[in-house]
Amino acid sequence: MISREEVLHVARLARLALSEEEVEPMARELSAVLDHVATIGELDLADVAPTSHVIEVTGRLRPDEPRPSWPREQILAAAPDANDDGFLVPSPQA
Amino acid sequence: MADVLDLTAAQAAERIAAGELSAAELFSFYRDRAAADRAAGDDGLNCFTWVAEPGEAPPADGPLAGVPLAVKDLFCTRGVPSQSGSRILEGYEPPYTATAVERLQGAGASLLAKTNQDEFAMGSSNENSAYGPVRNPWDRGRVPGGSSGGSAAAVAAGLAPWALGTDTGGSIRQPAALCGIVGLKPTYGAVSRYGMIAFASSLDQAGPLTRDVRDAALMLAQMVGQDPCDATSLQFPGQIAVPSAERLDGVRLGVPSELAGDGIGIEAGVKEAFDAALAQAEALGAQLSEVSLPHAPHALAAYYVLAPAEASSNLARFDGVRYGLRAEGASDLIDMYTRTRHDGFGPEVKRRVMLGTYALSSGYYDAYYGRAQRVRTKIAEDFAAAFSQVDYIVTPTAPTVAFRLGEKTGDPLAMYLNDYCTVPMSLAGIPAISIPCGLSGGLPVGLQLAGAAFSENGLLDTAHALERALGFDGSAARV
Repeated sequence: MISREEVLHVARLARLALSEEEVEPMARELSAVLDHVATIGELDLADVAPTSHVIEVTGRLRPDEPRPSWPREQILAAAPDANDDGFLVPSPQA
Repeated sequence: MADVLDLTAAQAAERIAAGELSAAELFSFYRDRAAADRAAGDDGLNCFTWVAEPGEAPPADGPLAGVPLAVKDLFCTRGVPSQSGSRILEGYEPPYTATAVERLQGAGASLLAKTNQDEFAMGSSNENSAYGPVRNPWDRGRVPGGSSGGSAAAVAAGLAPWALGTDTGGSIRQPAALCGIVGLKPTYGAVSRYGMIAFASSLDQAGPLTRDVRDAALMLAQMVGQDPCDATSLQFPGQIAVPSAERLDGVRLGVPSELAGDGIGIEAGVKEAFDAALAQAEALGAQLSEVSLPHAPHALAAYYVLAPAEASSNLARFDGVRYGLRAEGASDLIDMYTRTRHDGFGPEVKRRVMLGTYALSSGYYDAYYGRAQRVRTKIAEDFAAAFSQVDYIVTPTAPTVAFRLGEKTGDPLAMYLNDYCTVPMSLAGIPAISIPCGLSGGLPVGLQLAGAAFSENGLLDTAHALERALGFDGSAARV
């Protein structure tokens, strides 16, 4: 069973705030899924290579040709807060 | 116009090309139906998150001749809301259109509507949507499956001639099965993922949800191909052909006991319809044999490490800075991130982000992600071995028919078991199609055919022959 402290630690890593009521059910549900996932621990996989890509492709290169990116104002228009130069966010050290 | 509802997309395109039907009329017929579903609120099926305004139908050029297309919400469509069923992308209208959609539009399809889905494609019942659940047109008290639930229900109900969906672990095939329509997941890389709001990048594939196999081929033919904007996209060898097979002489079909046998939770009614379809295949000349996929029973466990791990990374971009929702009243930057993600993500997305973050966190990588990627190799090897003996593998698409709304929401693991028969093919990157093969208790049952990478043409032909012999009639679900 995943502990309350583990849940809060992982939530911190995931940049996810959890309300007090969310912590206990999260611990329970994660534990249930991880118990099921643990069945792959029983397999002997010592000599098996991990899949990195399902369809075999060899390193594919393309010419490095400069092309225009999106207009800045179009991208900034989708932001919750922006000025003419960039995205506006709260101070990291308020 | 009543008979227009009976036309498949291919038939509608033929009539338009022959001048017997106007593309504008067809568009407005379906637009009005889709708009009515949207306006009906709780009394409708809740298939759509956006419907085109009247009179928006573009010219009817190209092979798709203006036939209207419904597109899953997670495809970016320029100037049209694209939120992947999530609150965190509230109000987002992308500046560009996904390659798959752009290609279909380029071939003459017109954008009819965006369809409801499980949030970020995470779910098997369409109950995880910020827009509320979709209802199954066969029984409104039941789920349509997921995550492409809105796409499947819209096609089954005749609110769209056909629809575009995505499949990560079964999200096209399972809802197609539960709604009594055809759903195809192409070979990984056959269709560009550019402009699809990512869930699990090594698994996500776009594909058609259609009334019949011929429509699936017609749509797929316009979608495949390499795209400079998606480095994992591949050139499809050859063209997607119109399927025409009516016999299955000499076609070797393998039935894996691990995905079609006893003791794995396949409902009696599903098994019955499945077995009857196998008998039908045999009558058409197919050779049936048992094959083994020894690692398939471990696919779900591997999938629920890999998909959440990739999701936790992909969803890191939703932080209230560049688009969508931002939580108010944050004390500093980190507080703004964490509160925005708390308010914007639904419970299932939070669960998977947590699961994936846990599996990738320091000290756990080898035990979870590393092992799961090794299981994935074994699963792909199992399929390769099976395809040295048979041409296609056949299984039920889902272990059950459509279940009741709310029946499985309290138990994530029970919900995940819906994907038991579809996840192995996703992990192996191979194509698979679900076709309706009968009814059980008045609800549709799906049959899944899977083939080796890039075997789409043979798969479509096999599915076509079987579809014709089975003669499934889905018209009862049309509203």
